[in-house]
Order: sequence, then structure tokens, then C-alpha cells
Amino acid sequence: MSGILKRLLQPFLAVALGLALGLGIAALGGDSAWVILKALLNSAFGSRYDFGMTLFYSAPLVLTGLSVAMGLEAGLFNIGAEGQMGLGALAAAAVGIGFPGVPWPLAPALAVFAAFLAGATWGAIPGWLRAKRGSHEVIITIMMNFIAAGVASYFTLYVFKAPHSQNSETSSVAAAYLIHPFAFFMDAPVSAALLLSLVIAGGTALFFRRTVAGYELRAVGANEMAARFAGIDVGRSQLLALTFAGGIAGLAGIPEVLSASGRFRMGFSPGYGFMGIAVALLGRRRAMGIIAAALLFGALQKGTAYLELDTQHVTRDLSQILQALVILSVSADGLWRWLKNDRL
Amino acid sequence: MTGSEILELGGSTARVSTPLLFAALGGWVSERSGVINIALEGLMLVGAFAAASCAHVTGSPWMGALGGMMAGAALAGVYAFTVIPLRANQVVAGTAINMLAAGITPLLGAYLFDSTSGTPSLPASARFHSAPIWIGVAVVGLGWVWTRYTRTGLWVRFAGENPEALDAAGVRVARVRWVAVLVSGALAGMGGSSLSIFLASSFSRDMTAGRGFMALAALIFGKWKPVPAALACLLFGFFDALQIRLQGLSFGNGLPIPVQFIQVLPYAVTILVLAGFVGKSSAPKALGM
Amino acid sequence: MKKNSLESFAPFAVEMKGIRKAFGGCVASRDIHLQVKAGSIHAIVGENGAGKSTAMKMLYGMLKPDAGEIWIRGEKRRWRSPQDAIRAGIGMVHQHFMLAGPYSVLENIILGDEPRLALGWIDRKAAREKLEALSARYKLTLPWDQEVAALGVGMQQRIEIIKLLYRNASILILDEPTAVLTPQETAELFVQLRRLRDEGKTVLLITHKLKEVLELSDEVTVFRGGEVVGHRLTQNTNADDLATLMVGRKVNLRAEVPPPPQLGEAVLQVPELGFEVRAGEIVGIAGVEGNGQSELLAGLPRGFAGFIPEDRHREGLLLDRPVSESFVLGHQRRKPYGHRFCGIWMLDRAAIETEYARAAEEYDIRPRSPQVNARDLSGGNQQKVIFAREMGLRGGKAPELLVAAQPTRGVDVGAIELIHARMIQVRNEGTGVLLVSSELEEVMALSDRILVIYGGKIVARFARGEADEHKIGFYMGGGVA
Repeated sequence: MSGILKRLLQPFLAVALGLALGLGIAALGGDSAWVILKALLNSAFGSRYDFGMTLFYSAPLVLTGLSVAMGLEAGLFNIGAEGQMGLGALAAAAVGIGFPGVPWPLAPALAVFAAFLAGATWGAIPGWLRAKRGSHEVIITIMMNFIAAGVASYFTLYVFKAPHSQNSETSSVAAAYLIHPFAFFMDAPVSAALLLSLVIAGGTALFFRRTVAGYELRAVGANEMAARFAGIDVGRSQLLALTFAGGIAGLAGIPEVLSASGRFRMGFSPGYGFMGIAVALLGRRRAMGIIAAALLFGALQKGTAYLELDTQHVTRDLSQILQALVILSVSADGLWRWLKNDRL
Repeated sequence: MTGSEILELGGSTARVSTPLLFAALGGWVSERSGVINIALEGLMLVGAFAAASCAHVTGSPWMGALGGMMAGAALAGVYAFTVIPLRANQVVAGTAINMLAAGITPLLGAYLFDSTSGTPSLPASARFHSAPIWIGVAVVGLGWVWTRYTRTGLWVRFAGENPEALDAAGVRVARVRWVAVLVSGALAGMGGSSLSIFLASSFSRDMTAGRGFMALAALIFGKWKPVPAALACLLFGFFDALQIRLQGLSFGNGLPIPVQFIQVLPYAVTILVLAGFVGKSSAPKALGM
Repeated sequence: MKKNSLESFAPFAVEMKGIRKAFGGCVASRDIHLQVKAGSIHAIVGENGAGKSTAMKMLYGMLKPDAGEIWIRGEKRRWRSPQDAIRAGIGMVHQHFMLAGPYSVLENIILGDEPRLALGWIDRKAAREKLEALSARYKLTLPWDQEVAALGVGMQQRIEIIKLLYRNASILILDEPTAVLTPQETAELFVQLRRLRDEGKTVLLITHKLKEVLELSDEVTVFRGGEVVGHRLTQNTNADDLATLMVGRKVNLRAEVPPPPQLGEAVLQVPELGFEVRAGEIVGIAGVEGNGQSELLAGLPRGFAGFIPEDRHREGLLLDRPVSESFVLGHQRRKPYGHRFCGIWMLDRAAIETEYARAAEEYDIRPRSPQVNARDLSGGNQQKVIFAREMGLRGGKAPELLVAAQPTRGVDVGAIELIHARMIQVRNEGTGVLLVSSELEEVMALSDRILVIYGGKIVARFARGEADEHKIGFYMGGGVA
């Protein structure tokens, strides 16, 4: 098989395998796999609204995918995108509530900046611990997720609480902050915030291709010791990677806060941060790949959202199972060799 | 604090440390054989679910624990298959296993009990009262003796330190690692069991809440040795117990301390402990390869 | 060795017939034929990448041949794993020792063949008795309860040999056993190997050092490019003959290095060790690995000097990135690769590719493409990439100082010749060169001054031609005058 075809074919086969396995598991409950698949596709692409929702779910996934990829390029595993995103969303809402007088278009720009800053701060902490203390970034970022959830909960319930709401959510941001959804997608909250994801994707591609810092960051990920021998400040690159990763993840809450609900709602994320891991791996850390993978997982998320209604037993939890199986089959490099029976 | 309160805190420390202890031992077996085990969290979670389900059906905590261990081992089998013969990146595959567990437990809950949020509540007779604590202590001792004095224990140690040496000596490294990961899954499953049928009286969604990762942190802090790792589990358990006790407490001026600040205490302590721990030298040399 | 008329009828200890092995599309062994007489020392020589190790790994069951047969003592055998080969009495001492540092000598030896009591409990007493008996018989003593990491390489190698004897191996394969030993330790090893042969063991010695072949072996088989290209009785051959077979053309083993044209100012001073390197000379540091060379290298200033690292995979290359990225590693902020634009350092990819194309031409790096990953280059070509990078520091001009650590390790003869020639050339142009190598021959051939390092100190100093191998070896082994 020629190289380029193989590189394209392998992820497709891996995704197909993961989905097939997942549908098999789902079928254990008594629904037929075919019915589930049809429900999935219909719910993800059945109408302009459905497709709009798929895009709405994809936009944050591009960002969390880029965030995880940024860490991976430096050889670090950022499982903290979920918490970084949560705090970014909270910060955007806080600015929108705290500074109602800012005019459009400065207002949304300010909110975006605040989100980036909050996420970057949350990413910089594990980055610093990794660079200076050699602490295990996987465990630290996971712990940071739990702490972020606590912090967000506190601010939502005690500081920015919506006065008459029964839900755990802040009050609304000022109107000047809102980015209005495109009419084409009916009621789906797809807005220019989607473009933000694409701009950031292009920006990271340029960062790696054109800047010395991007080159150094990748060198650290490719061979930390060689990078150190070559005089590269390894710790600084690691700190930079996780700070950027945090900032990018911080932006992932923007579509929700500025376009969908106009506020911070606890539990708004169906796990975008963790899904970003799948997106980054499937997209092979390249901007275009990440965008494509984000679309796939956005479709999965939308497709599974109403499975309870469309099937007898299957629930939306199938989404997470499908993601996990796709990651497993994509990451199992040895599968092809193993299938060819070259076992040693 | 009065004497009886201190005693009570000690007791609850021992109790809440138990799930961590089993999971840390599971991580220890796996990592000693050279396989990173980020998947502990997910292995615990399916263990907790299976234990609560089995205990609900049979009415016996012992059958529940057996079910939990088998479920942990089964999921560990999936993990072992992807990382040993298929050579998936261990951190990536471990993360996927955690996601799989988080998705499959509510789905199975829906299939079996028509609820995605948990399993039915267990009567006292279907729960453990103190047995997991003693079993945990015994397993630490057994584990220590096993790696030190038996041939399979020797193989596990070499598999993590110099797998080529083991291979050259004619022992199949892959087989040793398979067994180690399966044992690890069973132990993590037991950890999950002690969460759902010992500390609590049912399974609830995402109930492990990062304990698998704390167990891993305890293992690192304990320099990949069973007794120090067990002590680290006690340390984390203490802050967890303290957190439970402190809830509802007030500042001096009568305002309640926000519960969120108290709840994050164990996570913050884990970060501080890892940040204070310096040096990678004690990790098994072939870990992750 | 006693010869008797029966020997010619005795089956070979080892016979390989038509063995073939390919990895992916790359053929590592093609049509290997090898015959080893029982009770002999048989040398397997060849360059790096000639297929010696691959062949021996197949003999030991670590790799499965794609085609061909292996016969042991007249019987056709097939291995499913090394365990099968071990049972048939074959043992191997690998180039990288198969030892786990934190565990005891005894544990390392008995691994995989532990005497046991009930429940898999290890019978340490029985193990120790067996080891004591072996050590008395072969005069090889060891501290059984010591941590392996605390022992020197010579001792560690002894552990490996006892491991084989413990398993009753009668056919011993040793892969480059002298690479890490002092001349004195080497001599001691040879005594032990001769003793083993006289006890009836068969020894296969993989090496690229012709001197050792001639000194120790009874017969020689030469490998080149994955094939057997010759077989000789040692008494009927010489170094030039073997070298020609190995390389496939005449090589000049004793290239004359002219004395340096003129010495300049000191370009490097190392007061802790009490030496300096002056412009226009090559200073060679001879010593057994692990005697402070790594510490010396770690303490040297970087940046202004060219630096060939000891371990190019770990310290010099980005293996899974395009090779042009390894080519600029460390120079990414220098012209013409990097420039500041609005306060941000930008990388000029076009300039990198142009410069790489030039270097690839000059150093004959194959393949020429800047896009292939560094991992896919041969050892020699990888080393050339690093050489090109370190030599062209300032707009193609050689650096004032070149530090070359193990510059020819794992490199084919063609690249060795090129690298040695370049080192002499830059010396003539006024570069000061510090050569750190555990290949004593290399140090002696290239260096204008030789310093011997032992235990972290310089213990002896010689000018070119002032000392022979034995004298230098004496100091390398820690001898005191």
C-alpha cells in the first residue's frame, strides 16, 4: 500500500472498528445495531438544526483537541482541558456580568481574552510543576480538574448566582457580549464563535511551522535530552506548551457562554476536555486532522444525545464508549502487524 | 478535639484508605512489571459497579467482591490486549479505558436496573463491615513476600527493570506482564468493591472521583514500594476523612466554610505531595516501554 | 588443543544452512552458511550492520529465520523461543548486558531457572551451592549478594558468563565482549575463554576487532552486507586479508597522520583535570567507559564549540522528525535559520532545506531528502548529519573547538574514514579537537597527545607515538607507575 493512502486509510479503519465494537456493546441491551446507527446518523445530520447542533458540539472539540495536541507535541499529556475550559467559561461569564458597560465588539473580545487567560493560568500550574519539579502532569492535571470544578461551583453558587434560578448557573452576561447564532441553522446556537476555533487551528499550525518557539517545543517533545544538549530551555518549553494548551482549552467554553446560554451553567460540558484527547489522537495532532476529528466526535455527541428516546435501552453514555473504543483502536499501532500474524 | 473524636477520625481514615490501598497495590504490580497503569480509575469504577450489582443479586458481600475483582480483571484484560500485543501508548490506552468505564457503567445500569445514576441500595447484610481493611493489610504483606521470595515475583520485578534480560533468560515477558496487569485489575476491582459495598451501600455514577489517580500518586510518592505506598494511601485517606468531618464547619465568625473548599482538600493535598516529591530514579527502568 | 583423527567425523556444534531474515523490506541476512566445530573458539567478524548480530539472535531463538535450517550437534532444530535454545545448551552474552541493576548478583544469575521449593518459593540455598561449585571449577568468583549496579563492567560480564555456565550451556555466544573492557580485563577474559574451550565448550565470538580474532580464535567467518563472504582458519590468515573481506575493498589500516602544521592559542582549558586543548591539535582522552568521560563532557562549555555527543540517539537527534530538523537542532536561533520579526523568533524553513541540501551533498548523506525521519538513516549517515551540523557552526567555517565523543561508534567503515579525514582536516585548518573514545586504536591513530582517564582523573599523558597499547592499557586499568 502506498504511504499516503495507508496514512489516510488507517484512521478510517480504526474509527470503523471502534464504532462497530461500540454498536455491538450497545446492541447487548436488545436494540439492533442498525437501528442505533440509523438513530445516530439521523440525529446528527437529519436536518439543518441537527447539523447545526453537530457543528455547535464540534467547535469546542476543535479547541480542546488543539489543546491536547499542543501538550503532546511537547511530550506532555494534558488531561486537564476539561478544567481549563470550565474556568475559561466561568471567566468569560464573570467579565460579562462584572463589566456590563463595555460596548460591542470590544465586549466579546474582552470575554475571549479573559477565557484564554483563565485557562492559561490553570494550564500554567501543572506546566510549572512539571518543568520545575518534574511532577507527573497526568495526575496533576486530573487533580486540577476536580479543583476547577470546586472553584467553578463556588463562584456559581455564591458569587454570580442567578437570583431566581433553580439551576446551578450564573446570571446572564450583558447583551453587548452575545455573539448571535447564524439563522441558517434554525435554533442551533452556531455562531461566529465557530470561526474562532478555525482561527486558533490556523494559528497553532503557523506557530509550529514558522516560529522558533514552536520548533523548540516540538524538539523537546521529540527528544527531551537532545533538546537540552542543544541549549534549549526544556522547562520553558514545557511551561509554554501547557500554558498555551490551557489558554486554548479555556476558549472552548466561549460558544456556550456567548452564543448558547449567555451564562455559565455548571455541567454544560458533556466532557469536551476528555473528548479532546480522542480528537487530538485521531487528528494526528495536525490542524486539518483535528478539525475533521472534531466534526466526527461532534456528530457522535449530537447523535447520541437523544438515544434514550429513539431506542429501547441505549443511553447517551454510548457516546463515551464509542470515543473510548475509537481511541483504543486508533492508538493500537500494533494492530496491523498483529493481524498479519507477525507475532514474536 | 476529644480523644473519642481522634479515634473516630483514625477509624474513618482506615476505612476511606482501603479503596486507595487496593488500587495502589494493583498499580504497583502492574508498574513493577513495566506497564503504566493510568487505567486504575476505570478499573476501580467497573469493580465498584460489578460488586454492587453482584451483592444486590446474591445478597453476599463476598460474592460482590468476587464480581468486582472479576470485572476489574476483565477490563484490565482489554487494557493488556491493547498495550501488550498491540503496543498502544500506555497513557493513551489507559485514558481510553477510563472513558470506557465511565460510559459503560451507566449504560449497564440502564440495562440491568433501568437507571443510569446507580445501583439499588444494599441492605447491611449484603455489605462489608470491616473485612476489606484486614484483607488490604494482608495483601500488602503478601505482596511484599511474593515479589521478594518467589520466582514469579522475581520475574515481575525483572519485567519492569530489564525485560530483555528476562526474555534472554527464556521467560516470556509478555506473559508475565499479562498476568501482572490482570492481577492489577483484580486488585483495583477490589478497591472499587470496597468503595461501593463497604464505604457506601450502592454504586453511584463516577463514584471513584479520581481515587484511581490518587492511588497512582501514592505509588509514586511511595517510590514504587508496597509499604511506603500503603502509608501514602493512609495519608490521602486521612485528608479524605478530614474533609468529610470538616463539612458543615464554620469560620470563627459563624459563616459556614463553603463546602467546595473543603471537598477539594484531598485533590490539593495530592498535588502538593507530588510537587514535593523529587526524583524519578526509583521508577522501574522499563516502565512504559 | 589436542587434535585427533575422530574430529573430522564429529558433527559440527553449530551449523546454519541457507538462513535468511528480512525486516519489512530490508534483508538483514541472506543465505547464511556457517559451520562451527565443537570445542573451538570461532570468531564472527564483520562491520556494523553486516548481519552478525541478526544471525546470532536467530541461533539463540530471539529471532525466527524466514528460511533455512539450524543444526546443533548434528540434529536439525527449530526454536520457538530462547528457552528452546537454552535447553539445547546455547547461551549468549549480549553486548548490552542483560542485568537488572537494583537486584542481587544471585537473582540475576538464576533468573528463569530458579531452584524452587513449594509454592514457587525460591530455594536460595540450593542456588548458592550450585554457584559455589561452578565458581570453584572455573575460577570465577563473585559477590553473590551484592547489588549488580554496584559492580564494575568486568564483574558484570563475569556474571553473564556464569549465567551461561549455570544453565549448562555448551555453546557460548559472546557479542562484542571486549567493547567495554580495559586491555588487561580483555586479557583476563581471553584466559577464561581459553579455559572454557579446553573444558570442551564451544565459543562463538562476535567482534569487529581483528587483533582479537587473530589472538584468540581457531577459525573465522566473515560477514558483509548480510552474507557470509569468507571462512578462514585463523593460522592461515592475517589482518589485511580479513579487513579486505570485511569491507569488500582494500582498506588502509594504518593511515599516516601528519603532525599538526602549527599550534595556536589554547581554545579549551579544563583546570579540574589539568589539561588544555590548543588550536590545531587533536587531544585524545583514552579510558574505559564510566571513568569520568561523561562527567567531563557534561562540564564542557557548549554553544561556541562543535559537539559530537556520545550517544547520538539520545543526545543528538530528533529521531521521529524530519532529518532537517535534527540538522538545525541547537542552531535554530542562528542565521540563516532564525531571525527576529516583531520581537518573535521566526524559523526560515526554506533556508534550512537549502543548507541541508548543501551539507547532504558535501558529506554524502543518503538519502538526500530532508523529509525522511532521522530514524530511517543508517548509523553512519546519522553521524554525518551531526558532523555537518557541528562543523558548520558559523556560516560554514569550522568551529574553534570540536569535541568528539565516541565519534565512530556504530558507524560503517566508509563513514569512519570520512569522519577521521574531516577531523584531521579541521585540525590542519586550526581547530582544536578533543577526542573522547573508548576505542584505543582510534585514539592512538588520531591524537597528537593522549591523556588517560581513570576514576575521574587524568592518570597519564603521552605524546603521539610515545606509548604503545600495553602501556596505555596499564593506566586505563588503574595501574600506578
